[in-house]
Amino acid sequence: MTGTQPFSTASTDDHGPSDASASGEGIPTSRGVALSLRNLVKKYPGMPTPAVRDVNLDIAPGEFMTFLGPSGSGKTTTLNMIAGFVSVTSGEILIDSEDVARMPAHKRDIGMVFQHYALFPHMTAAQNVAFPLEQRKLSKDEIERRVRAALVSVHLEDYSARLPRHLSGGQQQRVAVARSVVYNPRVLLMDEPLGALDKHLREQLQSEITRLHRELGLTFVYVTHDQEEALALSDRIAVFNDGGIEQVGTPDELYESPLTVFVAEFLGDSNVLRGKVSQDERTLKGKHYELGLREGATGVEPGSSGAVVVRPERIHVLTDGETAQSTHNVLEATVSEVVYLGAARKVFIEFPWGGTGLVRESMRLASSAERGDRVRVAWAPEDSVLVPDGPRGRLPE
Amino acid sequence: MLDSDRRLSWFTKVMVALVAFYLVTPTLIVIPLSFTDRASFDFPPKGWSLRYYQDFLTAPEWRDALFTSLRLGVAVMLLATLLGTAAAVALVRGRFPGKSFVNGLLLAPMIVPVIVVAVATFGTFLRWQLVGTFTGFLLAHTVLALPFVVVTVSSALQTFDDRLELAAASLGAGPLTRLRRVTLPLVLPGVLSGAVFAFVTSFDEVVVALYIQSPQMRTLPVRMYTSVTSETDPTIAAASTFILVVTTLLILLPQLIRRGERV
Repeated sequence: MTGTQPFSTASTDDHGPSDASASGEGIPTSRGVALSLRNLVKKYPGMPTPAVRDVNLDIAPGEFMTFLGPSGSGKTTTLNMIAGFVSVTSGEILIDSEDVARMPAHKRDIGMVFQHYALFPHMTAAQNVAFPLEQRKLSKDEIERRVRAALVSVHLEDYSARLPRHLSGGQQQRVAVARSVVYNPRVLLMDEPLGALDKHLREQLQSEITRLHRELGLTFVYVTHDQEEALALSDRIAVFNDGGIEQVGTPDELYESPLTVFVAEFLGDSNVLRGKVSQDERTLKGKHYELGLREGATGVEPGSSGAVVVRPERIHVLTDGETAQSTHNVLEATVSEVVYLGAARKVFIEFPWGGTGLVRESMRLASSAERGDRVRVAWAPEDSVLVPDGPRGRLPE
Repeated sequence: MLDSDRRLSWFTKVMVALVAFYLVTPTLIVIPLSFTDRASFDFPPKGWSLRYYQDFLTAPEWRDALFTSLRLGVAVMLLATLLGTAAAVALVRGRFPGKSFVNGLLLAPMIVPVIVVAVATFGTFLRWQLVGTFTGFLLAHTVLALPFVVVTVSSALQTFDDRLELAAASLGAGPLTRLRRVTLPLVLPGVLSGAVFAFVTSFDEVVVALYIQSPQMRTLPVRMYTSVTSETDPTIAAASTFILVVTTLLILLPQLIRRGERV
């Protein structure tokens, strides 16, 4: 979409080159466009705090961006503002550098997949998929061709004449997805689309969504509170908390280098140990321990409160007589529970001062520690992350 | 397990039959009466004929009353359905001060004794010179029919999933298209049954009609009331049967249509 096509004719249509002139079979591929949120705010009258406060985010063309957060964190409100279902209090929503914040929903050319499918119950699967094409005044033949292609791409070509109530939940959601991509929207929004389905179906549809994203090249914005789903699907994740974005990054960045305690605890399991950062910024001093920090692990002022975050698989249980490397942090603990997971096992530990922790051992390297054992656990400072320990875990603004 | 739970017990069946018999039988008496060949209300009739149906459809005082009622019923149905649907949309979707007051006001004609409405209407219409006019009947019956439309359309709107309109909007449908292609088709059963109720309300209304009638403007129930108080004419049994059949068919219509759809 960027740059001018050297030999483009006069017939420039504003939905991109793929809209009517799509070639080949299947859903015509299109290039996603950039989506940017600038100082986006939503306040509801009578509510003391804004539902969304000052959200800034740049989503690249064709990117799979996930909004992850607990309920009430503002992720769905933000999505609904992008869709045009919720009015914007202030700020801008730029789709392909055009501000659509005050444009009615039906003019935004965005696709939306709802948690509960929202198929029109009085229309067949094919009629549902044809609906957006009819709004775009395409020819009858073109509509028929595209509907068939869209249903084929979600493996429902044999169900085109069925009413939604005669389709299973998974089939309904497939129709809903076909309906929302058949017109090549500029952006595809999904609001917990797999939330109403069982685990097996969820995993199956996850891989279909990934495939669809790869094939269509559309910009996806996906809302979920399921961190595993977010990690599995996304190019990048925006972690929402308390009406704002806590951190944006690739799944790997968020998991390995969380910026806040909230992000560390929301994505995967973590061990969080709190204390004060020493003046030389080399250790974190708590009441019961002094932990060595990763070198150059700054971001927290010397003397202020911080928290060390260690992922469970980065900690190991020392076997009897084994000495840890001198630089490693070592803590004594009691094993309170061991849970066998197949390829790995979880060792729940309790520290002498009452705090709890978790160690995840792969079975090949597992220790022999059992419930009730007194053990020592150790980790390398490089395997830990230092984050500020602010109130509610939010970064100071 | 489920089957035996759902099956009605023997006792319940008997009770249901008794109550149904008690409720329906008096009404059904008029049907054999209407086929008598005598000028009396003997029950059971001694001989059979269709002469009173012929009277009902040919005698000017009966025929005129019937057509007046049908014309009025259709007009009331159209006006009350239009106004009542609009009101229901505002009451279910809208947010405005005094909403529950407006709701109560619209439902009042269903609760206030009809005789009070009749006296009040009569007094007001005298001043407005609407007594004995088609317009007067139309207005009075529309007021009485409105609550039925408001109630049925409101409940249809309440079960309507708002997200369908959001979905339609995201797919590119403007407000009018959303109404025409998504909302209306789905709440249509509610609107139609409201319309049926509106028609029936007007078609068998007698109290208000008695007050605001005139020799030129006399509905079928008014004609029947006059007949039963001043004459012994079995035509009224034919008229009653006719009303009974029309209203029963109308009320059953939505269910019959729905059953047809399922097959």
